[in-house]
Amino acid sequence: MTSGPLSETKSQEFKPQPWRDRRIEIILGNLLRAGVLLSAAIVLCGACVYLWHHGRERADYRVFRGEPSEYRTIPGVIESVMSTRGRGLIQLGLLFLIATPIARVCFSVVGFAIERDRLYVIFTLIVLVILLYSFLGSGIGV
Amino acid sequence: MSVLEFTAIVAIVSFVAGLLGSMTGLGGGVVLVPLLTILFHVDIRYAIGASLVSVIATSSGAAASYVKEGFSNIRIGMFLEIATTLGALLGAFLATRIPTRALAIIFGAVLLYSAYLSRKVRPLALRNLPPDPLASRLRLNGTFPDLEGPRTYNVQRVPSGFGLMFGAGALSGLLGIGSGAVKVLAMDQAMRIPFKVSTTTSNFMIGVTAAASAGVYLSRGYIDPSLSMPVMLGVLAGSLLGSRILMKADTKSLRLVFSVVILVLGLQMLYQGIWGHI
Repeated sequence: MTSGPLSETKSQEFKPQPWRDRRIEIILGNLLRAGVLLSAAIVLCGACVYLWHHGRERADYRVFRGEPSEYRTIPGVIESVMSTRGRGLIQLGLLFLIATPIARVCFSVVGFAIERDRLYVIFTLIVLVILLYSFLGSGIGV
Repeated sequence: MSVLEFTAIVAIVSFVAGLLGSMTGLGGGVVLVPLLTILFHVDIRYAIGASLVSVIATSSGAAASYVKEGFSNIRIGMFLEIATTLGALLGAFLATRIPTRALAIIFGAVLLYSAYLSRKVRPLALRNLPPDPLASRLRLNGTFPDLEGPRTYNVQRVPSGFGLMFGAGALSGLLGIGSGAVKVLAMDQAMRIPFKVSTTTSNFMIGVTAAASAGVYLSRGYIDPSLSMPVMLGVLAGSLLGSRILMKADTKSLRLVFSVVILVLGLQMLYQGIWGHI
């Protein structure tokens, strides 16, 4: 029985790498799916409200006017959702969609930490910091 | 055209964009931007905003299955995202200081050449290369479910791949689109990663790159809810179907689709560079 633990380590060594990441992969996949379905559901609700009110108007996107401030910032979007505006709801759904990749990076930090993979915790944290810097530096929070 | 008709047509076009985007790892913007601007006369800024939404929708929509089934390599993705996000920061900084027209023309020419390169299936001798010490240290080598069963691969030339990814990020900051093409090419041609792993890992990565610039576009008023709504829903449905097709398709036909799409992207870049629509 002395050879037992030895052959154990040997088979561990030759195991293909990514299968150790299986658990992270499955959780990440579910996280992405949930985020996407949630945002699609919100956008769909907003679409119904919007099309009900504006469906027969003329569509025109030739001239760029820029969105009004209520669709440019997070507080603005929340305010227009409160007044049950279709476009506000759509914009809220889009905000959730934009948040899914960010949430995915956040979770990866936790996932690699659970695996005690210090190198990848550092890599993921670097990505997260750059991501938050460019996302929040844009002034959508105000 | 009434809003209802417009919404329906844009949703259908977006479905096709999501289908192609998820199968090639390029995101939906490649198809969407020219169609919205040329066919529907949408202002380029609204089109770019909608394209950004479509990239995130394709990425997150298809990545769910790619990651779960073990196609995307999350370590390669996370490691290379350091380069792309840093590159995107530099690109945004340089955007007002570099002649983007000239850049678009050069990039267009590179894409035309890459369209030719990427059609070739890799010879068998280049498929089973010994592990590279740096790639092993970074734990980048992996396995993916090929049509004949699980296949192991060894990542090559990590530094040049990392450098190209930095360039991909800078390009996306400068030109708005096209970063997915460089990502796939860097992984496929430079790092010798199997094609399906390259496209699905690129697909996994483009969402993060796009999310980094989404804040800027949103606060500038580029993201119009009524235009982005059919785009997002259509692209999402398309990407779910596209991811199913990719997993069962053979690499040869996927390479063909990829090279046709980047050929179109290359022509688009040349056109924009020459006529100054950028």
